[in-house]
Amino acid sequence: MNVPNRARLRDTHVTLSHGGGGRAMRDLIDEVFASAFRPDAMEDQARLSDAALAEPGARLAMTTDGFVVTPLEFPGGDIGKLAICGTVNDLAVGGARPLWLSAAFIIEEGTEIALLRRIAATMAAEADAAGVRIVTGDTKVVGRGAADGVFVTTTGVGVIPPGRDLAATHIRPGDVAIVNGVLGDHGATILAARGDLALSTDIRSDCQALGHLMEAVIAAAPGTRAARDATRGGLASALNEMAEAAGVGVGIEEEALPLRDEVKGMCEILGLDPLYLANEGTLVLFVPEAEAEAALAAMRDRPEGRGAVIVGRATGDHPGQVRMRTAFGGARIVDMLVGEQLPRIC
Amino acid sequence: MKYATEFRDPKAARAVLARIAGLADQIGATKARPVHIMEICGGHTHAIFRYGLDKLVHEGIEFIHGPGCPVCVLPMSRVDECVEIARRPGVIFTTFGDAMRVPGTKMSLMQAKAAGADIRMVYSPLDALELARRNPERKVVFFGLGFETTTPSTALSIQQAAREGLENFSVFCNHITVPEPIRALLDDPHMVLDGFVGPGHVSMVIGIHPYDFIARDYGKPIVVAGFEPLDLLQSVLMVLIQIRDGRAEVENQYARVVPEHGNPVSLAAIDDVYEKRPSFEWRGLGEIDRSGLRIRAKYRAYDAEETFGIGYAAGPRVVAEPEGCACGQVMTGRIKPTGCAQFGSGCTPEMPLGALMVSSEGACAAYWQYGGARISEAVE
Amino acid sequence: MCLGIPGRIVAVTDEHRMMALAEVSGVRREVNVACILEGPIEDLLGEWALIHVGFAMARIDADEAAKTLQALQDLGEAQEAAEAMAEGAKALEGQG
Repeated sequence: MNVPNRARLRDTHVTLSHGGGGRAMRDLIDEVFASAFRPDAMEDQARLSDAALAEPGARLAMTTDGFVVTPLEFPGGDIGKLAICGTVNDLAVGGARPLWLSAAFIIEEGTEIALLRRIAATMAAEADAAGVRIVTGDTKVVGRGAADGVFVTTTGVGVIPPGRDLAATHIRPGDVAIVNGVLGDHGATILAARGDLALSTDIRSDCQALGHLMEAVIAAAPGTRAARDATRGGLASALNEMAEAAGVGVGIEEEALPLRDEVKGMCEILGLDPLYLANEGTLVLFVPEAEAEAALAAMRDRPEGRGAVIVGRATGDHPGQVRMRTAFGGARIVDMLVGEQLPRIC
Repeated sequence: MKYATEFRDPKAARAVLARIAGLADQIGATKARPVHIMEICGGHTHAIFRYGLDKLVHEGIEFIHGPGCPVCVLPMSRVDECVEIARRPGVIFTTFGDAMRVPGTKMSLMQAKAAGADIRMVYSPLDALELARRNPERKVVFFGLGFETTTPSTALSIQQAAREGLENFSVFCNHITVPEPIRALLDDPHMVLDGFVGPGHVSMVIGIHPYDFIARDYGKPIVVAGFEPLDLLQSVLMVLIQIRDGRAEVENQYARVVPEHGNPVSLAAIDDVYEKRPSFEWRGLGEIDRSGLRIRAKYRAYDAEETFGIGYAAGPRVVAEPEGCACGQVMTGRIKPTGCAQFGSGCTPEMPLGALMVSSEGACAAYWQYGGARISEAVE
Repeated sequence: MCLGIPGRIVAVTDEHRMMALAEVSGVRREVNVACILEGPIEDLLGEWALIHVGFAMARIDADEAAKTLQALQDLGEAQEAAEAMAEGAKALEGQG
C-alpha cells in the first residue's frame, strides 16, 4: 500500500469530520491505523490465503470480541493490547492457530489523536509478537458522551489443524486443572487505575497473548482436553462453565492458587474474592493426569507459563459444581458470580 | 500479611477444633441437641462460610447468624429514600458498594443509577468529601451506613466538612447500634441462645463493657472475637469453656485490636455529631427503641434527612416486607435460611426478595454462595 | 460487618488533616489517623493499625497479638502430644 510520506493529519483531537467520509477521515485512517497495521490492500475486504487452509481436515475458527475499558491506558497495557490479546486468546484456547484479525474503532469526538496512535502502535506490536496480522478495519466517530473514549471490536480468524479437537465436553473425572500463572492481576490493576478508590499499587495487568503457549502445551500434552481464558468473572467463572459443559465436578485447592500479595491485599481491603477478578493473560486447561507433568514442563519453559501450577482436578462427584478445599480443610462451593463484584465494607 | 495470615494456620486450627469437639462432648452437645452460638456480626458470618468453619466444628455446635449486617437490616423504606435523594437535581449520591443491590420497593440504587441518577460507589466517606470539594456546584450526599465501627468515620467526615465550611456535603444517616437489637433478641421468647461471639470491630470503638448486660442480666457468655478463622474458633472454644464452667462473662479474644474501653477519639466524635433516635426501623425486627443514630441539631446543615426533608424528618413510614419474605425469622434464628419457602426459588442472589440474599454477609447469600446448604445435602 | 484489615503507617501525607499513608501487602491508601493519634503524627510511622473505610481505627498491640498466637500454639502442641500419646497407646495395644 501507499503510505503517505508527508503527514497531513494536523489535528490533535478527533472531531466529527474525522468520521464524515471525506479527506479528514481518510487521513485519520491512513496515518493512524493503516500506517501501523500495514494491510495488503485498502479494500473493504481482506482476501486471505494460507497454506493451513488447504490441509484436508483443517477447520476455520472465528471469534469476535468488543473491548471497553476505563482507563484506556493502564499499567501493563492499553485497550489495544487487550483487543489483540483477548481475540488471539479466544482462538488459541479453542485449539486454533490465530492468523488474521479485524479491528473496528468507535471513537468519541474529542479523543486525543496521540492516544489513538499509541493504541495503534501497541496493537501492531502485539499482533507481530503473536504472529497474527490485522487485515481489515473500520472507524466510526460518535458525538461526545455517546462513547467512552474509544471502543474496539476485533474479529479473529484462525485455523484448527486436522485432528485437533479441544472442547470442555472432553473433560473426564481425574483430569488435572492447570493455570499458567498468578490470578487477578488485571482486575486488581484496573480497580486501582480507575482512581476512585484512591488505592495505589505496583500491580500490572497480566495482559498477554497465549497462542504460543497453547501450541507448546498441545505439542507436549497431545491429550489436552480443553482450555479457557479466565477473563471476566475470573478463574471461578471459567471453571464453572467448564464443569457445567463437561458434566463433571471440579475440585480446587485454595492453597494451590497462585496469587500475588498485592492482589490478596487489595482483595482484603475491598472485600473481594480473587477467584472472580478478571485476567487478560491467564488460562486454565485440563489435561489427563498422565500428561500433567509434560504440560507443566512445557508451560514453564515459556515466559507466559513460568508460573504454571496445578490448582485442582475434575471429579465424578458434584457434577457441574466447583468446590474449593480451604486452606483450613473446610469445603465451600465456588459459584458463578452474581452481577459484578462490588467493593464492600462489611 | 502480618497480623492476618498467622491467624490462618491450619495446624493450630486442627488443635482448636479438637478441643472444641472434646468440650462439646463433655457438655453433651449433639446434632439433635446442639449448643446455639450466635455470631452477631455479619463479618463473622462471612468468615464462617468463607473458611467452611460451620462444617469443621463439632456437629453439636450450631451457629445462629445474628443481625449484625447493616445492609441486611436496612428497611426497604430507607432504600426508597436513598433513591429519592439520588434523583433530586444536582445530587451526587455516594455509597459503599454493599448497598448498591439492596431492593427498595421500586428499585435498588443499581437500578436507579441505570435510570440516570448520579450514584457513585466509594471506599470511604473521605472520598465523598473529596467529591464535594471538587464539585462545588453539586450536592454530594453520603449514605452513612453501618454499626459503631463505621459511625466514627462519618462523624469525623462531618466534623471535617464543618471545619472547611463545605456546604455541599451531607450524610444520609442510617447508623445503628449493636447492643439494642441483641437485647431485643434476648427478650424474644422464641430465642434459644447459649452464647455469643461478639463483634470485634464494633468493640474496637465501643469497648467490651456495653455487653455487660448480656452476661449480667441474661446469664449468657459472650466472647469478643477477631475475624480470622483462628480468632473465631478460639472464641467458640472460650464460649464453650464458659458454658462448661457455668460462667457468663464478657471476654475479649481480640485484645490485639480491642481496648477494654474502646477508642476515646471515636467515641468523642460520635458523641459530638450524633444522638440516639427515639426508635429506628430494622428490617425483619421492626422498630427498636434507641437503636439508631441521627445527626445532632448543631450539624443540621450536614443532615441529608433535614436538608432534603426526607425520611424520619418527613414523619416515619413503615413499608411492609415483600410477600413471603422470612428474613426476619432467619435473622432471629427461628428458622435457617433453607427453612424459608422462598430460599433458592423465589429468592436467589440474582433476584433477591429479601436483604439476607443481597449482602455478601447475609446468612442466605452466604448459604447459597458458599454452599452451606448444598454441600451438606450432598454430604448427607 | 465492618471489614477491617491490618495496615502499616508508612508516611505522613497531611499533618493538618491528620492524614497518612497506610500499606497493606503492597497496596497503599491515604487514611485518616485521628483515632490513633497520641502524640506527634510522625510517631505513627511504622505502627500497625486496623484500617476500615479509609480510617485507621485502632493501633494493633503487638504484645497482645503475640499472646494470642502463643495460646493458640500451646493448644496445638498440647494436641500433638495428646495425639502422640493416643498413637503410642494404640501401638501398645497392638503388641498386647
